[in-house]
Amino acid sequence: MGEEEESLVTTTARDAILGRVRRSLGVSGTEINRRAAVADRLARAPRGVIPARGQIEHDARVALFITKIEAVQATTERVASPADVPRAVADYLRRHNLPQAVRMGADPRLEAVDWSREPQLSVAFGRSDGRDLVCVSHADAGIAETGTLALTSGPANPTTLNFLPDVHVVVLDAADVVGDAEAVFEGLRARFGVGQLPRTVNMVTGPSRSADIEQTLLLGAHGPRSLHVVVVG
Amino acid sequence: MQITSPRFKKNAHEALQNPPLQKAMGNVEVNFIGRRAASAAALPEFEALRDNARDIKNHTLQHLDLYLEAYERKVTEAGGHVHFAEDADAARKIILEICRQKGAKTVTKGKSMISEEIGLNQYLEANGVVPVETDLGEYIIQLRGEAPSHIIAPAVHVNKEEVEAEFRRVHTHLDPKRDLSEPTTLLAEARGELRAKFLAADVGITGANFLIAETGTSVIVTNEGNGDLTQILPRTHIVIASIEKITPTLNDVGQILRVLARSATGQEMSVYTTFSTGPRRPEDPDGPDDYHVVILDNGRSSMLGTDFEDMLRCIRCGACMNHCPVYHAIGGHAYGWVYPGPMGAVLTPTLIGVDKSGHLPNASTFCGRCESVCPMRIPLPKMMRHWREREFEQHLQPKAARWGLKTWAWFAKRPRVYQLATRVAMGGLGLMGRAKGRFASLPLASGWTTYRDFPAPEGETFQAQWAKRRKAS
Repeated sequence: MGEEEESLVTTTARDAILGRVRRSLGVSGTEINRRAAVADRLARAPRGVIPARGQIEHDARVALFITKIEAVQATTERVASPADVPRAVADYLRRHNLPQAVRMGADPRLEAVDWSREPQLSVAFGRSDGRDLVCVSHADAGIAETGTLALTSGPANPTTLNFLPDVHVVVLDAADVVGDAEAVFEGLRARFGVGQLPRTVNMVTGPSRSADIEQTLLLGAHGPRSLHVVVVG
Repeated sequence: MQITSPRFKKNAHEALQNPPLQKAMGNVEVNFIGRRAASAAALPEFEALRDNARDIKNHTLQHLDLYLEAYERKVTEAGGHVHFAEDADAARKIILEICRQKGAKTVTKGKSMISEEIGLNQYLEANGVVPVETDLGEYIIQLRGEAPSHIIAPAVHVNKEEVEAEFRRVHTHLDPKRDLSEPTTLLAEARGELRAKFLAADVGITGANFLIAETGTSVIVTNEGNGDLTQILPRTHIVIASIEKITPTLNDVGQILRVLARSATGQEMSVYTTFSTGPRRPEDPDGPDDYHVVILDNGRSSMLGTDFEDMLRCIRCGACMNHCPVYHAIGGHAYGWVYPGPMGAVLTPTLIGVDKSGHLPNASTFCGRCESVCPMRIPLPKMMRHWREREFEQHLQPKAARWGLKTWAWFAKRPRVYQLATRVAMGGLGLMGRAKGRFASLPLASGWTTYRDFPAPEGETFQAQWAKRRKAS
């Protein structure tokens, strides 16, 4: 099938489908009020029903985030400042008998940290090819309501680091813990522009799991077997 | 896949006589119902969220043409390609053509019911492209050469001993003496086997839980992470989704996500909710170079404005089948096509015709549990009744059933005759059955009396008792 023919076929299918939708709805697609209703919803993006659970003051919100993400089998620890992150990561690796080697992206918040303070820890940068046991990412936000991390793709935090390692360590600034997913969406609109998103936004709520064999819950199906969150501040 | 819905009665009978299936189905009722109830009870806003989720979908369906156009514009802006497919055949051809253009030998696949609906795997295989299912449950049933028996737990009918047997049969390069007695060892083996396939695949195909008009984004909701490895490692990502997956905004998705996982598995959120927009950006170190979305109609546009429009709100959580006594008894394969349980009983006749699947909307006790747990408040029993009416109108039932219904209707429309007839019939049956109090067999009622006795009527008819009480009060 040539390029031209393909576009002809799909354009016809497109018009046929839209035509059938319109016939079934009894509309033409040019109605001003319908077009206004759609434009209004897309522009306004109403928040809807937001559970009260996450709508609390900052300290309680961070505490709720930690409770919630631990309830889905992630582990957490809290450190006072970014300078404490290398030690926290190295200690975590030691506690779990893991080699002192991690991979991370070019996130300025991770690059600003002096990793040489842990001389045994070797740090590689860039995307993963699947041979890294442990990867470190910096989250954009944490959602207290459900204990969910939000991560965005790009050189700062390549998406492969979220899924290929056995152990995923995620650094999260306590100041970035928000009440609900809608606050994350608002942040994305502010950062990337209204109607724009980076290639991938990952919302991660615990380590990978499957219950496909006899409904038995098992961790580490295809993604990380362990998720460790270092909350800074 | 081969449609066996016309043989539903035989399928159901065989399922009831299948001990391994009955053992596996025991897990469904025990696990899903309690987990959903607990997570719904833990969120005070749950019922309000269900209302809002229903309203969002209703609004979207009423404006579906415009949201489809808006979505298409945004995908194109982000550098992706949108293909519209009127039916299964068109969708398969579009996907094969993309695979051929990329010279793809193997494609990895995230779990997609639309892929099952269009029979994609068989088609790709027949055309020299090897599809590899990567969701653990889908992988198991692909090895077994089966269709899924549940829309979110495709291998729910399989016991772990059967998984072990399958892995030993297929993974012959591994040590035959290895221990596979526990689910953990089975999972570890699948993880190892599939990791190599993820890294080698040329194209990754996923479904979508949502297509967002605001941003031109496809969303997948998973627990394993296989859908993510499927879409970030190969150079091409193809999304296959049906037209009703369109959702206006990110915030609207946020509303529906709050009822989706709770209704499905009882989780507050599934582990991975992934928003994918276009191909990788120039500066991105990973992600696909090409991003295609195939939007399938396959009869759905004709459901708008009919008795079955509400079905287009379905978000495929599986709660209706998890709570269905018929599904618990017979499992998903007996329904004979892709979609089982109450949602399948409504959707299947739309997609393959009520002439082939008329048994499905009849396979219901009308207990109403499906509707009571449906996060999108779809009136499933009502729509099954609509199908029964269509079945009658189209003269699809056996002659005896039609004759019976017609006879009953003749009496029911004439209350005095009906009362007289029932009084005589009940009185007669009561007299005949007085000695034993029950009948071991009755003409025209063998469907009942083959399995259990029919109790002999006692006293007066319900209507006579009702009339007497009203007079007395």
